[in-house]
Amino acid sequence: MLLVSYAFLSFFALLAVVYYLIPGRYQWLLLLGASLLFYLSGGWKTIVFILVTIFTTWLLALKLGKLHKGTKAYIKEHGLGREEKKAYRAARKKVAWRFLLLGLWIDVGILAVLKYTNFAVDNINGFLHFMGSGESLSPVDWLLPLGISYYTFQSVGYLIDVYRGKYEPEKDLGRFALFVSFFPQLIQGPISRFDEMKEQFKASHAFDSRQVAFGLQRMLWGYFKKLIVADRLVHAVAAVSQDTDTYRGIFVLVGMLCYTVQIYADFSGGIDIVIGIAQVFGICLPENFHRPYFSKTVGEYWRRWHMSLMTWLREYIFYPASVCGPVTKLTRWNKKYLGEAIGRRTPVYAASLLVWAVTGIWHGATWGFVIWGMINCFVLLAASELAPWQRRFHEKHPKIKDQTFFKIFQIGRTLLLLSMIQTLEYYKTVPRMFGMLGSILTEWSLAPFFNGGLLTLGLDGWDWLLAALGTILMLMVSLIQRKGSVRARIAAQPWAVRFLLWSGLFVTVLIFGAYGQGFDASQFIYNQF
Amino acid sequence: MMDEKKDAPEQAPQRSLKRSPKHRSAAVFGRVVVCAAILCGVLWSLQRLLVPKYMGRVVEGNLISEYYGESGDHELIILGDCEVYENISPVILWEEFGIASYIRGSAQQLIPQSYYLLEDTLRREHPQAVLLSVAAMQEGEQTNEAYNRMTMEGMEWSRYKLEAIRTTGMEEEHLVEYLFPLLRYHSRFKELDQDDIRYFWRRGKVSHNGYYMRADVRPLTDFPTPRRRADYRFPEISTQYLEKIRALCEEEGIQLVLMKAPSLYPVWYDQWEEQIRGYAEAHQLLYINCIPAIEEIGLDFNEDTYDGGLHMNVYGAEKLTRYLGRILQEGCGLKDLRGDPERDALWEEKSRFYREMKEAQEADLEQYGYLPQFTDPE
Repeated sequence: MLLVSYAFLSFFALLAVVYYLIPGRYQWLLLLGASLLFYLSGGWKTIVFILVTIFTTWLLALKLGKLHKGTKAYIKEHGLGREEKKAYRAARKKVAWRFLLLGLWIDVGILAVLKYTNFAVDNINGFLHFMGSGESLSPVDWLLPLGISYYTFQSVGYLIDVYRGKYEPEKDLGRFALFVSFFPQLIQGPISRFDEMKEQFKASHAFDSRQVAFGLQRMLWGYFKKLIVADRLVHAVAAVSQDTDTYRGIFVLVGMLCYTVQIYADFSGGIDIVIGIAQVFGICLPENFHRPYFSKTVGEYWRRWHMSLMTWLREYIFYPASVCGPVTKLTRWNKKYLGEAIGRRTPVYAASLLVWAVTGIWHGATWGFVIWGMINCFVLLAASELAPWQRRFHEKHPKIKDQTFFKIFQIGRTLLLLSMIQTLEYYKTVPRMFGMLGSILTEWSLAPFFNGGLLTLGLDGWDWLLAALGTILMLMVSLIQRKGSVRARIAAQPWAVRFLLWSGLFVTVLIFGAYGQGFDASQFIYNQF
Repeated sequence: MMDEKKDAPEQAPQRSLKRSPKHRSAAVFGRVVVCAAILCGVLWSLQRLLVPKYMGRVVEGNLISEYYGESGDHELIILGDCEVYENISPVILWEEFGIASYIRGSAQQLIPQSYYLLEDTLRREHPQAVLLSVAAMQEGEQTNEAYNRMTMEGMEWSRYKLEAIRTTGMEEEHLVEYLFPLLRYHSRFKELDQDDIRYFWRRGKVSHNGYYMRADVRPLTDFPTPRRRADYRFPEISTQYLEKIRALCEEEGIQLVLMKAPSLYPVWYDQWEEQIRGYAEAHQLLYINCIPAIEEIGLDFNEDTYDGGLHMNVYGAEKLTRYLGRILQEGCGLKDLRGDPERDALWEEKSRFYREMKEAQEADLEQYGYLPQFTDPE
């Protein structure tokens, strides 16, 4: 069931009505039932995987919780000394670590096997070919469960948090199942933490017309981004990426800019819909975007793009990796033999490489995405290495930093750099990407803007106009958002103005949206993750 | 990884309200009603504007809906695809035989659709006979959404329309898009033209009791050689719904007549002929296969077709109608209804419209050599 489908909208509308008609204590049960139904609509065969993840994670978290409690109780009961306490805690932690490891093996194992087996098969076949062997393994044809990366990351985060003693494990299997399978976020996140959600799932939600209206408005805005902008520009990107013999030079630049807008409109639009749906049910999900294209550096961009994933990676991979045994040993060795400067950088470099390798492979099971991750990592590390130079420059020229043109330059530079890196996502290989980007300079010509060349990209004049106007509106909303919530501002207007704005947006989406027959209602790009 | 600031999700602000709760509720209710009414009005207008008007080159989309503007008193109802609405002229049936008929035909009308159109017709009137074209027996499912749209969009809402959509809708079609055609036609904003404004409120009449008139001539050309088929059995759904039509007619005391129009293409295989003839004999139905009677009818495929032999033009249709009229009058006992002043006046009006259109088309042909209305400007 796609978010952009009559079936989904009917499902959501019916659910919302029933949700506020039943007693509050049963609301979470309704959401759980709806989530499982939603999951089943994508095919019953894969539900077993999410059920295994839910059950094992819940069970092991309970075990970890018991171990924590048991440790505290034992120490309290036996009045142990400091050293004894330490030793006892260490012993218990070892046991807990084994349970955690078991949970991680199961959760990540399912993800790895289902999503990355063919990647492994491709690599093995490549290796066999390289070694001159005529043998090759056949790729597998397994169904990928809906949202497996999201619910796995959420479950893993929960298990680690319980292991770390951040919060108590959930005793109720149903409530935990709802946390893992909550249908709006199952599709494309955001990845939330259990402590953010548990009280919301337990609470009874009375009908609040303003929250419901805000939720619906957020959904509408998401549909605007998706249907007016993203699903139009996707055709231009597809044309440019598929026919690299024809679409060179200025077309590469056009494709690059279209993709930059499209991926943001698609993903953030989807997240708007998801957060809006949750808000209709009185549930507040974490934000996933913070106007990322206004970032002045690549580092800042990655703190403002897909924020829940980045937080997850920081919490559960970056920090643990930078202090883990092997990295600590390597740091010491580097400090001793290669010098203080390299030693100091070792944990950050090692953890960053790991995080970006995971980010790359998470986005797609290909070496292209791994390289995409490494390029991002390289840019980030290079920026941190160049930071002292930059600081010195600004110390010498202190006025430049605050000038508008410099800020615009920084934003433009970051956006251009990111847009270029993102082309790897559709050109797939590094040589091809650089070849095509190079053609912008070597085959530069503005002729396609005047000879109808742009109209060969699968978009007619109307489509280009609507995509451009939609992008401008998105930009304007982002600019206004810097001063606060746009919806809150609109809500403060007289009712006639509010009606005019929201019904205008609704009619715009209804008429000008790229949906239905005649349009290829492409799935959200991030569904595949 | 660095510190990160998350946005707190926006929460709806609570505004202070000075009025009493009772007044406030009334005001809110009033606003909701006004807003809903305005929005519905806007959406209705947009839908009206964006749905195809079928008043230009393609008029077939109006054939089914025009029926509801009729007084509803016909002895004969004709069901089927282009083999009826382009080949039979109800005006000639009236003028020469006194048979009051209406064609509920549409492009590529499937047999299940014919069944639901018959059910729909029986809500309004009770004809003495039903003439069903069997050409569509070969089609188990729709091949082009446009055909479904032109047939089922024209139907008034009833359970029969719902059933027709449910039974014959293509995989990519949605019931909701029939309920709210705006959802299907929203992208027509790119192709709006003067017709969309001109026929916003009311469309003109395009047919003559369901007959689609063409006076132009395009002689027979070559057809592809008929291909052998692996299976000559009609699709199950066609036979199932043919049986439903027969049973319904029997139940309602209506005489069912089966007909195959005298078309040369698409080919009507002998195996199909055998099946239909067998079915007609088994149920003692009148079956008129016009293909062997082409000479008797007097059809000249150099003069009587407007699209190279696929369909009759008005001259061919009139010849075929005269042939059918005789058989129907004898075989079904359809009475000559002429003589009732009220009915005569009604049909006189239809005849006048028929003659005017025929003359207008002939004048266009003389002036341009083609029919501008049905010719692509490019």
